[in-house]
Amino acid sequence: MRPAFLVPLIIFGLVAVALGIGLGLRPAEIPSALIGQPVPTFALPGVPSTAPGLSSADLKGQVSIVNVFASWCIPCREEHPLWMDVAKSGSVVLYGLNYKDTPENAAQWLQTYGNPFKRVGGDFGGRVGIDFGVYGVPETFVIDGNGVIRMKHIGPIDRAALDNEILPKVRELQAAAQAAAKAQ
Amino acid sequence: MNRIRSAALAALMALAALTGAPALAQTTIDEVLPDPAMEQRAIAIHKQLRCLVCQNQSIHESNATLAHDLRMLVRERLAVGDTDEQAIQYLVTRYGDWVLLKPPMKPETLALWLGPPIILIVGGVGAFVYFRRARRRAPEAPLSEAEQQRARRMLADPAD
Repeated sequence: MRPAFLVPLIIFGLVAVALGIGLGLRPAEIPSALIGQPVPTFALPGVPSTAPGLSSADLKGQVSIVNVFASWCIPCREEHPLWMDVAKSGSVVLYGLNYKDTPENAAQWLQTYGNPFKRVGGDFGGRVGIDFGVYGVPETFVIDGNGVIRMKHIGPIDRAALDNEILPKVRELQAAAQAAAKAQ
Repeated sequence: MNRIRSAALAALMALAALTGAPALAQTTIDEVLPDPAMEQRAIAIHKQLRCLVCQNQSIHESNATLAHDLRMLVRERLAVGDTDEQAIQYLVTRYGDWVLLKPPMKPETLALWLGPPIILIVGGVGAFVYFRRARRRAPEAPLSEAEQQRARRMLADPAD
């Protein structure tokens, strides 16, 4: 018996596997071109009577997280309590990038929901956001002590993303920095 | 009063009919470059860049605010003297090859570029071989004398 009748079956199997993999992909998440690159150079004003401004120089010296947020961004509200928790724990310094907002709205938002950020850069024109490759808010960047972008999370974080991806990355970078300091 | 209002409305509608499609396509109106040749270059570049928010539109077609910002950015790059390639590269360094509607030929994209022609060639060769074999198999033995007689009888008398 010739196994020719198996050919369509095999093709079907291959197509099914390919489509199955395709279903699991998340095409809305565009891989960042900036992983492993130094943060763009910028200096932004802060949010009035709430947080001092942020510049690229602030992102050097220790591992930090930069969260891109805006008062008009509904999912930002959803993830905000998690950032408040992180700030309370003091495990890593948080900076905010206030994307395409107004100073008044940003100040009011941070006063209403709490301010987890040590510094906030008011990117009211959105140009620094473009330099960071931001295309959907909220976005979160993990930056090492040399000011190099190590990780990017697109969209609101949840407990699982924070505990399984972001904070382990932070601890890994902190440990690497400590080891490097000891070696010197 | 009413007549003035309806006349104004008619004028507005006529204007909307004339300019409707482009006006609907963009919620934010772009500031156009003063130099028409440069503006044409900018538009040609816009058409090659993918909008990150809507993903299957170019930034020329998209009405997302980010697309508007990127359009203005391209104009700005051209205005400060960038070549077309430099302006495109400016965005590629920020957003990756992903922003290009036409992906570049690279080791990672070889499957993308060569996949369809390879599938076409393999399928074509397969189909060619299949049909040639089918034709070669075709010549069947002619009817025997008994079969021919039976066929003739059947044709003459359908009841048989």
